[in-house]
Amino acid sequence: MDYALQQLLNALAFGAEYSLVALGLAVVFSIMGLVNFAHGEIIGVSAYSVFLAAALGLTSPFVAVLLAVGIAALAAVVFERVAFRPVRYAPTTTGLLTAFGVSIVVQNLFMLLISPKPQSVSILNGLNQMWFFGPFAVSSLQVMELIVSGLTILALVLFLNRSTLGLAIRAASRDFATVRLMGIKANRVIATAFAISGALAGIAAVFILARRGSVSPDLGFGLVLKAFVACVIGGFGSLPGAAVGGMLLGFIEVGLLVALPQEYAGFRDALTYAIIVALLVYRPEGLLGQRIELGDKEI
Amino acid sequence: MLKVEKLVVRYGAVTAVRELSLEVGQGELVALLGPNGAGKSSTINALTGLVTPASGRIVLDGKDISHVRTEDRIRAGLTSTPEGRHIFSNLSVGENLRLGAATRRDPAGVRQDIERFLALFPVLSERYGQAAGTLSGGEQQMLAIARSLMSRPKLLLLDEPSLGLAPKIVVRIFDFIGELKAQGLTLLVVEQNARQALRFADRVYVVSAGTLRYDGPPARFADEHDLFNLYIGG
Repeated sequence: MDYALQQLLNALAFGAEYSLVALGLAVVFSIMGLVNFAHGEIIGVSAYSVFLAAALGLTSPFVAVLLAVGIAALAAVVFERVAFRPVRYAPTTTGLLTAFGVSIVVQNLFMLLISPKPQSVSILNGLNQMWFFGPFAVSSLQVMELIVSGLTILALVLFLNRSTLGLAIRAASRDFATVRLMGIKANRVIATAFAISGALAGIAAVFILARRGSVSPDLGFGLVLKAFVACVIGGFGSLPGAAVGGMLLGFIEVGLLVALPQEYAGFRDALTYAIIVALLVYRPEGLLGQRIELGDKEI
Repeated sequence: MLKVEKLVVRYGAVTAVRELSLEVGQGELVALLGPNGAGKSSTINALTGLVTPASGRIVLDGKDISHVRTEDRIRAGLTSTPEGRHIFSNLSVGENLRLGAATRRDPAGVRQDIERFLALFPVLSERYGQAAGTLSGGEQQMLAIARSLMSRPKLLLLDEPSLGLAPKIVVRIFDFIGELKAQGLTLLVVEQNARQALRFADRVYVVSAGTLRYDGPPARFADEHDLFNLYIGG
């Protein structure tokens, strides 16, 4: 029982983290058609900012969390302003290559300016404790990951459904030109989407730091690949799809970890992707993706 | 109110609009007619700024807006209901109307306007919370016009409001357009359906192959049968 509960919590926590990062990718993709592979470096900038703040004498974990989220949102907006805005109307491959370029440049900056080696960050370690509920021992970090991700998604849903800017982001995911006809500034809609995407990355950075206790230049890159896969499973560009895809990926990974005998553990990733391929054969547009409707003449 | 001088729109090597000049006065309903591909929609999109003209001047209320961004043109009181309606199909009817008022800062007035349009088009009221993509073509056109009006424009550009709609619905849409004119709104209506457009038009322009071919009152236009047949096809 204890073991099953622990693994369920594992799956939920991994899934929540993938969901957060996948949502960040999806928010930007849905309105700009840009797969932002530099999203991992936003996580990196956020984590290194906590590392630097701690090195400069910051001791409050609370301030560190605010810093991580704030810097991540800012970094995302800066990336957009500096790198993505000049290529906004270029073909999508240009945007994709730009994102890879940003990713490589920023990773190398981490290596040159700080160190290629992992650096220890202990300020957030306090988030990662064992909590005992009667006979059950659970990781406080995992419980927090689950609750914070849930609340974040709820806040995002409220924002997208209630505020004018949120409505504009949803509308822009289908028809950007007409959103501009409503008198809404395109730059503002895009900057907001990037800021949201960055904030989600910052929350993920907090959890990664608390779990690993260190930061390295390639911190976010692997996670973004996972998030990309989560988006594909859910249907690229669909926000509910990203959340569901992330959760499903967490469950598949942890499920295989539990189900596979020790000697076959090396096949875990291969099996994970085999399951995903099977899923995509069955539903090529992803779980919650929609086929693009062709009809009205484009403006 | 609106003055367009020698507007030229090019897409690569193709010239869609050639030195087109036109004027719309305060309170007028001006019809811009012409066959498919004549450059009517390109003109409208150049007026709203979604397309950047190669040359020419666009003056709104005495101010040159040729280099003003779309968003700021809408804020200056010009708006368009695009061809093909372009309602936000994934948003509800109510959310579409709210986005139409995105430039306004008077929530009470916005709510009043929404209620006015819901009373005017009961079907929008019935479907208020539903995704706008589930509406019929005619209902979507009404929503699209209502959404444009939510910004309280001084000048409304209507691009092919009759496109793809049943004749009975087209008559209703133009009845509504006539009411808008009676309320004092200035309108520039682009149409292929000349008969409907001419019902309320003060003046008519006819374009073909990107060039202006006729400019004058609707009565004279209807008399000149040759033109009528040539550009409108009956």
